[in-house]
Amino acid sequence: MSDDKKLGWKKIPEGGLITKAGNSATYETGSWRSTRPVRDEEKCTNCLICWVYCPDCSILISDEKIKGIDYSHCKGCGICATECPVKAIKMIDEKEFTD
Amino acid sequence: MANLKELSKKEEILSGGHRLCAGCGASIIVRQVLSALDDPVVVANATGCLEVATTIYPYTSWKSSFIHNAFENAAATISGTEAMFKSLKKQGKINKEIKFIAFGGDGGTYDIGLQSLSGALERGHNFVYVCYDNEGYMNTGIQRSSATPRGAWTTTTPAGKVISGKTQYHKNLTEIVAAHNIPYVAQANPWRWNDLIEKARKAFYTDGPAFINVLSPCPRGWRFDSKDTIKISKLAVQTNFWPLYEVENGVWNLNYRPKERKPIKEWMEAQGRYKHLFTPENEHIIKEIQEEIDKNWGKLLAKCGEK
Amino acid sequence: MNNKITAITGNEAVAYAIKQINPDVMAAYPITPQTDIVEKYSEYVADGLVNTEFITVESEHSAMSACVGAAAAGGRVMTATSANGLALMFEILYVAASNRLPIIMPVVNRALSGPINIHCDHSDSMATRDSGWIQIYSENAQEAYDNTIQAVRIAEHMEVRLPVMVMYDGFIISHGIECMELLEDNKVAKFVGKYPPRYPLLDINHPVTYGPLDLYDYYFEHKRQQIEAINKAKKVVLEIGKEFEQAFGREYKFFEEYQLSDAERAIVVLSSTAGTAKGVVDELRAKGEKVGLLKLRLFRPFPYREVAQTLSHLKAIAILDRSASFGAFGGPLFTEIRSALLEADKIPHNVNYIYGLGGRDINQTDIASIYADLEKIVKTSRVEERVKYFGVRE
Repeated sequence: MSDDKKLGWKKIPEGGLITKAGNSATYETGSWRSTRPVRDEEKCTNCLICWVYCPDCSILISDEKIKGIDYSHCKGCGICATECPVKAIKMIDEKEFTD
Repeated sequence: MANLKELSKKEEILSGGHRLCAGCGASIIVRQVLSALDDPVVVANATGCLEVATTIYPYTSWKSSFIHNAFENAAATISGTEAMFKSLKKQGKINKEIKFIAFGGDGGTYDIGLQSLSGALERGHNFVYVCYDNEGYMNTGIQRSSATPRGAWTTTTPAGKVISGKTQYHKNLTEIVAAHNIPYVAQANPWRWNDLIEKARKAFYTDGPAFINVLSPCPRGWRFDSKDTIKISKLAVQTNFWPLYEVENGVWNLNYRPKERKPIKEWMEAQGRYKHLFTPENEHIIKEIQEEIDKNWGKLLAKCGEK
Repeated sequence: MNNKITAITGNEAVAYAIKQINPDVMAAYPITPQTDIVEKYSEYVADGLVNTEFITVESEHSAMSACVGAAAAGGRVMTATSANGLALMFEILYVAASNRLPIIMPVVNRALSGPINIHCDHSDSMATRDSGWIQIYSENAQEAYDNTIQAVRIAEHMEVRLPVMVMYDGFIISHGIECMELLEDNKVAKFVGKYPPRYPLLDINHPVTYGPLDLYDYYFEHKRQQIEAINKAKKVVLEIGKEFEQAFGREYKFFEEYQLSDAERAIVVLSSTAGTAKGVVDELRAKGEKVGLLKLRLFRPFPYREVAQTLSHLKAIAILDRSASFGAFGGPLFTEIRSALLEADKIPHNVNYIYGLGGRDINQTDIASIYADLEKIVKTSRVEERVKYFGVRE
């Protein structure tokens, strides 16, 4: 955000408090990546090991199953690919993607 | 017993968008520890990687209430919050259950925060303290702490011509905490997630102070690739460098015993911070470290009533 | 139950005020000459006379840290300290003020080390004058008691929400027995009222983050807010003082003017020395000398406009500092007042006396000699020495 869009002292909450809990979800760390995890849905057994090891809360779960990967936050550390017991996740160079 | 599918249904307290390094052990630990909760929680943090990266104004990654005060006083701060809760409950102004947890790095726990931790433990406040031990003052750029292992390179214990890395063995904080005779003390590791989550559950649901020391591998500070954080955690346990044990009401219990202890060399080979030890002049250091690990393992076995 | 006239020490009076305020949490560490407060309060707690969760912390740094944790949790919090204890809390004083936590803290003034000295001077509270805390000085046990009660309302006022320090002299007031009035419990409870916490940590339905990292893009804005808040405290101090006077009959403003309006020479001073000086003013007035006294009560925020206006008509003033500010041009009170006087129409001859360090006594003869010095200044229209050290052996 450019400086002139940031709020002045009269508008921000007093005391340095942040009253919007969990709002870092709007800060996209996905741009840090140089490789991205891609999951093979056929191979995946939904063991959820990748979920319990993800530092960035980027493995999305719905109904006890993996729904997908949160690419707006995933930093491409590669832990999920390394730890997957069935090697269902591969780290692919970001160059291969256009989004 | 932790069941990942059950745990995945709970709403997570830490949200993405924090600025911890890719592959950082700290957030893995926070997610695992907090998944053990069935009650609302107030979180305190000492200054350090976790606190700084999760609360860069105007963003916060914490969905629960959170307080950061200073570097050396996470335990004292949460003592105050817990005391207020007790007071308001006694006065009938609050009638729900709230849990209290302080997270501190090894900097804010082993060193500058030790007094504050000791005081809070001695006074018997009902809270959990989790130390995410990344073996150095990582947030300020990888300086040594008393948790840094012997031989490791840090910016204040560099591998120079005359001195090769840290000269002292790391402090055994878990045993120091156990000597406070609090109801629950444990040592854990994010690789063995079910062990850590079960320990967190016990810690939260034990009355009085509880402490868990969790090894938190640091890709930046320990010099390994970000994908290997869990592998390094596993090696720490398999080499007996970081034993997994509990002290429940004074009873010592070993939680994991490798079938065959891996040599400490394997742990060191995987991390760049030890590479200067692999020279003829320094190989005696590796030998001495191996002997120290084996000696300490023997002492721990004895305490746990194992052979 | 009625208000009670009694003979007690300053510490006992303040401990009693804390009992009547009945804070939700108190985290404190003993240090001479504050210890009686902590000891007395422990008795109240042990006898079940208060609701307070009393945390017997292991250091003053932890005391203020626990106070921050408790105040942020959402409740009324108090502590007390002196000298090195206040110095040890230094880091966290700034955190308490910047988090806008209304913590109330009696400070029993004692000299800072070194060498170690347990007696009265103002170096401890003066060293923390930039911390963002509201600072109020008390002349005697009655004022220490009254100020502690008023501090609760000043701190918790919605436009302020800042921590407050209430000072009174170590040993001289803390341990001296005085005749004073203790107010009735119900009346004090009614005056302090209930505390409406803002953004409490314990309100789990509205989770909040305290103490984030500010980069260079927000820190200045947060500090500007703090400046605004502490400046607003000026009018709040007067409002609460007025309310206190209406309820209990004793007047409290920014300062007390003693025989000042038609005076030509005056002393400006904080705390118990003002009591000593009032006796001298009476004596000299009986001889026809036009002397007076300004006893400052509110030091932070500094009421510069009002102080300047009130002193402007005098011919000569002696500003007494019970602390030194090493390397500065005079002591802290002198620096503030001299700067304030630049806003006045007319600046009186002014001179600084640094006195009483480490409990060095100052008596009526000493004060009388200062008025005599001022007379010489008025006669000659000259100040020979701007900053003097009163009572030190050369």
